Amino acid sequence: MKTVDVYKKQKIFSRTILYIVLICVSAFFLMPIYVLLVTSLKSFKDVDLATMWSLPKSLNLGSFLAALEKLSPNLLNSFYLTIPATIISAFIGSINGYLLSKWKFSGSMVLFPLILFGMFIPYQSILIPLVQFLSLIHLYGTLYGLILTHIVYGLPITTLIFRNYFAEVPSELIEASMLDGCSIFSTFFRIFLPVSIPGFVVVIIWQFTNIWNEFLFAVTITSDPSLQPITVALRNLAGSQIVEWNVQMAGALLAALPTLIIYIILGRFFIQGLLAGSVKA
Amino acid sequence: MFHFKKESRIAFLSLLPTVIAVFIFVYGFILWTLRVSFSDWIGVMPNYTFAGFSNYSDIFKSERFQIDLWNTLFFTILFLFTCVIGGLLLAIFLDRKLRGGSIFRNIFLFPMAVSFVVTGVAWRWIFNPGMPGSLNGINQLLSNIGLSCLTWGWFTQSNHFMNFHVALISLIIAAAWQLTGYTMAMYLAGLTAIPVEMKEAARMDGASEFQMYRNVILPMLQPITLSVLIILVHISLKIFDLVYTMTGPGPGFATDVPGINMFETTFGGNRYGEGAAISIVMFILVAVVIIPYLINTMKRENI
Repeated sequence: MKTVDVYKKQKIFSRTILYIVLICVSAFFLMPIYVLLVTSLKSFKDVDLATMWSLPKSLNLGSFLAALEKLSPNLLNSFYLTIPATIISAFIGSINGYLLSKWKFSGSMVLFPLILFGMFIPYQSILIPLVQFLSLIHLYGTLYGLILTHIVYGLPITTLIFRNYFAEVPSELIEASMLDGCSIFSTFFRIFLPVSIPGFVVVIIWQFTNIWNEFLFAVTITSDPSLQPITVALRNLAGSQIVEWNVQMAGALLAALPTLIIYIILGRFFIQGLLAGSVKA
Repeated sequence: MFHFKKESRIAFLSLLPTVIAVFIFVYGFILWTLRVSFSDWIGVMPNYTFAGFSNYSDIFKSERFQIDLWNTLFFTILFLFTCVIGGLLLAIFLDRKLRGGSIFRNIFLFPMAVSFVVTGVAWRWIFNPGMPGSLNGINQLLSNIGLSCLTWGWFTQSNHFMNFHVALISLIIAAAWQLTGYTMAMYLAGLTAIPVEMKEAARMDGASEFQMYRNVILPMLQPITLSVLIILVHISLKIFDLVYTMTGPGPGFATDVPGINMFETTFGGNRYGEGAAISIVMFILVAVVIIPYLINTMKRENI
């Protein structure tokens, strides 16, 4: 009996230590959000570097209104950019994934890694030609150019996720469908598309988050401030010294909000995308 | 897998648009950049006059690019070390099925959903050191809780030891904050896949918790460690947004990285040839890590 007691006490002790450690680590992880939140809720006259860690005296939404006024065109740009780029790259990726997982043709085993490689390259190494090419087809400096860019460089990851997803769908279904006289594509639309909803959720969340948060393509391709997505506008806002700190922090929160909401609601699917991004199924 | 002749041709043709797009945008553009890196292109108008290796010798001779390479080396090592150890420990903690474990998991992982630009803005303010006598940000917090011995210049410090610029520490903390959750999620997925019987068998054999992790669990997590390292290395080699928002090149290029150098040289300085050369060096560094990994993964899959 005594040993059981000791064991229990030890367990409670180690659990307590574990909780203390986890809470300390959590405090560290939440620190930037805390700073963003308390600063953006202060009014400009309360924003003082000497009191940056203290809570606001009163809740003040003025900085959010000011940030919204400055950044709402850019938030809209980000939606105009992210939604079509996400949907198109997800749809093309689903067809690619189906073809690569279920239809072998000579060379498909070589083509897949060649496509996949595109998601690992440092985008700096294609930036100069990208600008030249987009100028050539008159899409440089436009949201369409940015959408095209995100679709093409999104294809490797969307293809990968769908390929791994469809690999789990039994191949007998295809045989049956082909015997019924279905073509390769009617099989896709009749059998694969209906079961691919969870795959689409993962891919759409992944692409939405990445394209919304992306900065390098956006800052290179859109030079006109009225066309810039939110990440670029936020960086410019933070780079200018005249703008009040509370407005900058409110702007940062606004920029983070759409992807944070998705993460909070659909975190499970976000994690699946995260794990799928490391090549192995 | 199916081998109908007609269908195979349709499959190939349907894949063709993607293949063409990726071949132009990835392989074509890289060759194009390679061509630019051997050119005299300075200024806004393209100029493809062949210039041999002059851009490469120029960048390797420049102090800035040398600092970039050292910074990348130290940043990569310390960033990887922090993420792997931190992520592994967190995963082991959370694998013990604690009450409220999923809340902790969500807290550790949420930075992955937020843009580097957003976190760069926040961390820039946190690590803003302030003046002696009027401390800001993290320094103020540290001195308030009695740790004023830890207050220092953070990313404004330009000194270095053996080519390690101490200002990088702030960047490493911010980058590890953002990506430790990813490592944790990967390890957690690996730990959940290990059958409970295995842990129990080890415990029955009298292994302590530490021994069990050391001798049973960790060896099984090795493939995950490899994936994690590859993904983190390639993120670290091409990092741009976070550094650009948080510190920029820093005092004396203390926090400069090739990604920023390339961007400023090309689009700020209009020295396209040199910018292309920097990006080709970045490409080679990433390719050396990624290509063997991809070949290896594909081989294992096809067995």
